[in-house]
Amino acid sequence: MTMVQTPPDAATTRGTRLARRAFVVRELGIAIALIVLVVVTFAVNPRFLSAQSIKDLLLGATILAILAIGQTVVVITRNVDLSVGSILGLAAFATGALFEASPGLPIPVMILVGLAFGAACGIVNGGLIAAARVPALVVTLGTLYVFRGLDYMWATGRQINAADMPAGFLKMGTATVAGVPVLTLFAVVVLVVVGYFLRNYRSGRELYAIGSDPAAARLSGIPTGRRVFAAFVVSGALAGLAGVLHAARFGTIDANVGLGDELNVVAAVVVGGVAIFGGSGSVYGAVLGAVLLTTIGAALPVLGINPFWQNAAVGALILAAIGLDRALSARVGRNLQERKAHV
Amino acid sequence: MAAPVLALNGVSKSFGAVAALRDVHLELRAGEAHGLVGENGAGKSTVVKVLAGVHPPDSGTVVLDGKPLALSGPADARAAGIAVIYQEPTLFPDLSIAENIFMGRQPMRSLRRIDTAQMRSRSAELFARLGVQLDPDRPARGLSIADQQLVEIAKAISLDARVLVMDEPTAALSGVEVERLFAVVRSLRDAGAAVLFISHRFDEVFALCQRITVMRDGHWVSTDPADRLTIADVVRRMVGREVSQLFPKEATRRGEPRLEVRGLTSRSFTDVSFTVHGGEIVALAGLVGAGRSEVSRAVFGVDRYDSGEVVVDGRKLPRGDAAAAIRAGLALVPEDRRQQGLIMELSVERNATLPRRWSLTRAGLLFGGAERRAADRWAQRLQVKAARLTDPVDTLSGGNQQKLVLAKWLATAPKVLIVDEPTRGIDIGTKAEVHRLLSRLAADGVAVLMVSSELPEVLGMADRVLVMHEGRLVADIPRDRADEESVMRAATGQAARS
Repeated sequence: MTMVQTPPDAATTRGTRLARRAFVVRELGIAIALIVLVVVTFAVNPRFLSAQSIKDLLLGATILAILAIGQTVVVITRNVDLSVGSILGLAAFATGALFEASPGLPIPVMILVGLAFGAACGIVNGGLIAAARVPALVVTLGTLYVFRGLDYMWATGRQINAADMPAGFLKMGTATVAGVPVLTLFAVVVLVVVGYFLRNYRSGRELYAIGSDPAAARLSGIPTGRRVFAAFVVSGALAGLAGVLHAARFGTIDANVGLGDELNVVAAVVVGGVAIFGGSGSVYGAVLGAVLLTTIGAALPVLGINPFWQNAAVGALILAAIGLDRALSARVGRNLQERKAHV
Repeated sequence: MAAPVLALNGVSKSFGAVAALRDVHLELRAGEAHGLVGENGAGKSTVVKVLAGVHPPDSGTVVLDGKPLALSGPADARAAGIAVIYQEPTLFPDLSIAENIFMGRQPMRSLRRIDTAQMRSRSAELFARLGVQLDPDRPARGLSIADQQLVEIAKAISLDARVLVMDEPTAALSGVEVERLFAVVRSLRDAGAAVLFISHRFDEVFALCQRITVMRDGHWVSTDPADRLTIADVVRRMVGREVSQLFPKEATRRGEPRLEVRGLTSRSFTDVSFTVHGGEIVALAGLVGAGRSEVSRAVFGVDRYDSGEVVVDGRKLPRGDAAAAIRAGLALVPEDRRQQGLIMELSVERNATLPRRWSLTRAGLLFGGAERRAADRWAQRLQVKAARLTDPVDTLSGGNQQKLVLAKWLATAPKVLIVDEPTRGIDIGTKAEVHRLLSRLAADGVAVLMVSSELPEVLGMADRVLVMHEGRLVADIPRDRADEESVMRAATGQAARS
C-alpha cells in the first residue's frame, strides 16, 4: 500500500498493521490448512464431501469443539484443565443413569443437569486451585483420575445402552436442520456466546489480562482468583454439556467415555493458535483447530494413508502451530521495536 | 495551607526480619506536588505500595480526607481516587494500548458491553494531551520502556484521580517527554490534585515540587518547602549517617590486573571499561536501573553483550559463556539469591557443592560422603547456622542463605569474585561477617568486584568506587576521595552534567 513513502512514524503504523494482522493470521492459517486438506481429499475422492460425510465430520468435531471452547477460556488465563475428559465421561454416565431412573425427563432439563453437573466438577477444580495455591496442571491432573475413578465406581463395569434412553433424546443426536446436525448447532451457539463474551465484556478481557501478566493484573485491581475460578467452572460446565451430547450421539455409555480426550482438546486449542502461556488466542481459532484435527482423522483413510499416521500428523501440526506463533511474534516484535529508532 | 487530602500516620511495614518502613509520616495536600527522595532501599517504593493498597501497613494508618482508610487491595485505592504509576511498568503485553489504559473500567455501552470506539477515542485524547504519538490499537508488546511509561501515565491521568503517585516516572523518558509529562502534572495539580513525585533526579524534584520529604533507612527524616532547600541539603539528609566501623577493611597490596573489561556494550549499558587488580575490592555503585547488575552478568557470561571484551589474567573470555568464565576462575554471587543463587528445595550441602560437583566425583559418581565433608568445611568457615546440613535451604535465614551462596562459590577458589548486593536484606551482624569475608578474600589476592546500592558499604569496603549513571561509567573514585556526596553526585548525573 504505502510502502513507497515512509513518513516518520510509518514504522508505527506498519508494525501495528502487522500486529493486527497477526491476530487474523493465526486463525487464517488454520482455515487455509483446513481448506487445502478438504480440497485435496475431495480431489482424491469426491465422496469425501457427500452430505453424509459432511454430517459425520461435523458431528465428530462438535464435542471436541465444545471442550476446546471451555479449554480456551482456561488457557487464556495461563492455566490448563486436564480433567475435561473425565468430566465428560462422568456427565455422560450421569445422563444415562438419570434417564434410566426417570425416562420422562424433558431434554432441556437434561441439558441443564449436564451443565450443572459439569459446573460442580469445575467448582471442585477451581476451589482446589484457589485454596491449595497449586498449579492448575497438577490439580486437574489429580481430578482427572479422581473423576474417572468415581465414574468407574458408579458404573461398576456396567454399560448403558440406547434402549435405556428416550427415543427423542437419541433422535436429537442424529437429527439435522438444513443438513447441519442439531448437536453442531449447540456448539455454534456456545461458540458465538463465549466468543462474544470474551471480546465485549470486562470480565472477558480481564481473563486475557490475567494470562498476559498475572502480577500486573493484581496491581490493576482485577479479582484474579475469582476470574480463574469462574474460568474453571465454565470449562467444567461445557464438559458437562459435551457429556450429555455424547450420550445423545452414541447412545451407549460405559465408564471409558471421554478417556484421553483432554490431550486432544489441548492439541486443538494449541493448533488453534491459543497461546499456551495465556493472554492471546480466540475461541474461534480453537474451534477451527478442533475441526482441523477431526478432518485429518477423517481424511487420512480417504487419502489411503494408514490411520496410524494420524497421531504423527497431529503432533506435526502442534509443532507447526507453535513454530508459526514464535515466528509471528518475533516478526511483530521486531517491527514494533523499529519505532524506537525514530524517536 | 489546606488540610491534607491523603496522609500516612506513623506507618510501619516489615517484610520478614527487614523493617522497610518505620513510623513514617507523610501529608499530601490538594494542589501541591510533593517530592519524596531517598537512597535506594530507603523505603520510597514501599510507601508507594502502601498508598496503592498493595501492602497493608503493619501499624499506623492511611488517612483520606481526615478519615482512616482501610485499603484491602489496589481496587480499593483506585476507588478512593488514588492513581499510582509504578517504577516498573505493569502492562499486559498481549492487549492493545487502549485496553491497557482502561482495563477493569472500560467505557460501556448498552448491555454492559465494552464501548471499543469510545475507549479508542479517549485513549487518543489522552495521548494528544500528553503530546505523544501512540496508536491505541497496537499491542503493548514491544513498546520501549519510555513508551510503556507513557501508557502508564495515560492510565493514571485517565482516572481523574485526586491523588497521583508517581514512582520514578521519568527514569526512562527523554527531556522532551519529561517536559510534557510535567506540563500535564502541573495542570492536574493546579486543578486540585495532590501529587507525590519520587525521583532520583533532583533538578526534576525541585522543578516540580513545592515540598520535599527525605527518607532514610525506612525512616522519615524531614519535610520542608522546596524553596528553603538546596540539592546539597537534600543529599546530606539522604546519606546523613555515620559510616560506622562495621566495615573491617584490611589493608591489602594491589597485585596484577586480574579482570579487565574493555568497551563492553549491550542494550542496557554503553562502553563500560574498567580493571580490577588482585587484592583489590572495587565497588560498582549507581542507582537502581543504572545497569550495574547487567554489567556484572555480562562480565560473567550469563548475558550476552554486543561488543567489547572481558579479559581474565590476560586471556580473553568467549562471549556469553558462563561455563568458560567459571573455568577461567570467575565467580558470581547474584543479587537475587532466592531465584539465581540457590536451589531452595535442595539441602544445604547439595547447594554448597553444586558448582564444583565434578571435582568431587569419583568415576563419574557423586558420593554423599565427599559432598558432606566439603559442605561441612565451608559451612564452618563461614559460620553458616543451619540445624542440619541436610535441611532444605529455604529453612535458613536470609543472612545464612547469603553466606551459603558465598560458600558455594568460594569453594571453587575463584580468582575474580563478583558479588551483587552481597548484604541486601540481611541483619547487621551477618553483614559484618560477609564484609570480613570479602576483605579476607581480597587479602588472599582475589580480585573482588562488588555491586552495591548501600553507600556506607561501598565507602567502607571499596578500594575504588566506579559509578554508573544511565548505562555509562561516569566516575572512578579512589578510596581516599570517595565520600557520600561525590558518589551520590556522580550517580545522579550531577557530576556528568556539571
